[in-house]
Amino acid sequence: MSQEKIPSYDYDTAVELLALCKQTGLDIAGIALARECAERACPATTPLEKMLEHYRVMRASIRKGLEIQNLSPSKLSGGDAAKLYAYAQTAAPLLGADFARTIAYGFAVLEVNAQFGRIVATPTAGSAGIVPACLAILEETRGISEERCARALFTAAGIGIIIGKNACFSGAQGGCQAEVGSASCIAAAAITEACGGTPEQACNAGAFALMNTLGLVCDPIGGYVEVPCVSRNGMFAVHSFLAATMALAGARCVVPLDDVIIAMRDIGRRMPRSLKETALAGLAQTPSGLQFPPQGFDAKQQ
Amino acid sequence: MAFSAFDVIGPNMIGPSSSHTAGAVRIGLMARALVGNQIAEAEIIFHGSFAATGKGHATDRGIVAGLLGFATDDERLKDSIEIATQQGMKLSFSSADLGDQFHPNTARIYIRNPGKPELRTTVSSIGGGMIRVVGIDRFPTDFSGELDTLVLWHYDSAGFLSKVTTLLACVEANIAEIHTARRTRGNDALSIIEVDAPLPDDVISVMHRIKNIDRVIQLPRLA
Repeated sequence: MSQEKIPSYDYDTAVELLALCKQTGLDIAGIALARECAERACPATTPLEKMLEHYRVMRASIRKGLEIQNLSPSKLSGGDAAKLYAYAQTAAPLLGADFARTIAYGFAVLEVNAQFGRIVATPTAGSAGIVPACLAILEETRGISEERCARALFTAAGIGIIIGKNACFSGAQGGCQAEVGSASCIAAAAITEACGGTPEQACNAGAFALMNTLGLVCDPIGGYVEVPCVSRNGMFAVHSFLAATMALAGARCVVPLDDVIIAMRDIGRRMPRSLKETALAGLAQTPSGLQFPPQGFDAKQQ
Repeated sequence: MAFSAFDVIGPNMIGPSSSHTAGAVRIGLMARALVGNQIAEAEIIFHGSFAATGKGHATDRGIVAGLLGFATDDERLKDSIEIATQQGMKLSFSSADLGDQFHPNTARIYIRNPGKPELRTTVSSIGGGMIRVVGIDRFPTDFSGELDTLVLWHYDSAGFLSKVTTLLACVEANIAEIHTARRTRGNDALSIIEVDAPLPDDVISVMHRIKNIDRVIQLPRLA
C-alpha cells in the first residue's frame, strides 16, 4: 500500500485504553484528545477550544442556578441550590464549606435544567450537574486553571467512551445508574487525573464510583427530571470525590472498571421497564408522587 | 468512529432531558433536513418512554424546535409550537407502540408538503442527545448523522452504486460507511452514504443526472 495508515487512538475497553497510555506515555485526557484529532484531521487546539467553551457554559449554569428563587414549571424544584450555597457560608457547615458548596453546585445545574435553561449534557441532562460541580470545586479549591479543567473534561470523555460503547447513558434503557452512575464515574476519573493521579488510578476511581451506583433506578416523580434528580446530582458530585479519594489513596479495586461497566449493562437489562423513565413505579407512584402525574401523549386514533 | 468525546461531554442544550429534549431537537433537525428544510405539515408519533413522559420533558417542543431548524441550545425551544403554528406549519401529536424492536425513546415523523412525496422517518434518541435514524420511508436504516450523509432514493439496478462511487472518487470524497437496501428486485431502493466532508452543490446536481436516481439529499453534520 502506498498511502500511509493514519494511527488510531481508538479503544473499546479500559484495558485497551491503559495499554494505549502506556504505549504512548499520554494520560487518558491526552489519548481522548489524540483520538479526536485523528478522526477529525484537526490540530489539538480545535477540540480543546470547543471543550473550554463547554466548560464555560457549565460554569455559567452553576452561577445561574445559585440565583434561582422561583419554582420550576412543574413546581417540583427551585431555590434549594441558593439555600445550600447560603448554608456553605455559615460559620461551621458540616464537613466544611467545600462540602456544602459541591452539593449546591450539583443542585444549581439541575435547577437551571428544570427551568428550560442552558446546560451541557455530561453525559446526559439528568446527570449534568455532577461533572461541572466537581471541576468547578477543583478550580476554586486547588487552583486548577480553567484550561486544565477543560482538559479534565477529556479525561471524563475518555472514560465515558468506554461506557457508551459497552453499556449506555440512557435512563430509559439502563436506569439512573446509566446516567448518574456514568456521570459520577467519569467525574471521579477526571478529578483523579486532574489531581495528579495515574491513568490506572483514574480508572479505579471510575470503578469505585460506578460500582456504588449500581442498581439505581429511574423513577422520577411525574417523569420530570427533578425529584430525585436535583438532589441526586448534588449528592453524587460528592460521591465522585469519595471515589477519587479512594483511588488516590491507593485503595484496592477488586472489580476493574471494565467489569463494573458490564455489571451496569447487565443490571440495566434486568431492570423492569416500570423503573426506567416511565413514571410507572417507585417514587413516581407514591401518594406524594402521584400528585404530579406524568404527562405523555394520547394514543393515535386509528 | 463510534462515540466522539463530544458525545459524552455535550451537547450544549436547553433542558430538561438530553434524550427527551436535546435528542428530540436533533430528531426534528434530521426530519427537516430529509425534506430539504421545507415543512407544511408534520405528524409526530411517540413510542415508549417518549409516549409515557414526553410532554413533561417537552419532547414535542424539542422536535418542533428541530423542525424549525433551531439548535439544541436555542432558548426559543419552549415556544417552538407557537412559533411553528404562527408560521403556518400544521402539527399533530399522538402515541403508538411501534414494537419492541425499537429503542424506548423513539419517534416516527411523517412530513407532508403539497406536490411532493410524503416522508416517513423513524429516529431513536439513544441517550446523552445522540440519535440513530432507524428508518426512512419503508426502509430500515442505521446512521447517526454525525458525519456528512447522503441519502439517495433510487431504483435497484446493476451498476448504480458504481456510478455514484465513481463520482465520489473523482472529487476525492472519502466514504466512511455505505448501505443499500431495496424493496423488491428492480424496485424502489435507498442508499445511505456517509462521507468525511460535505460535497459541493454542483456534485450533488451531477449526481441527480445518474440513471435510475429519484432524488438525493445531503444531510449536514448534526452540531
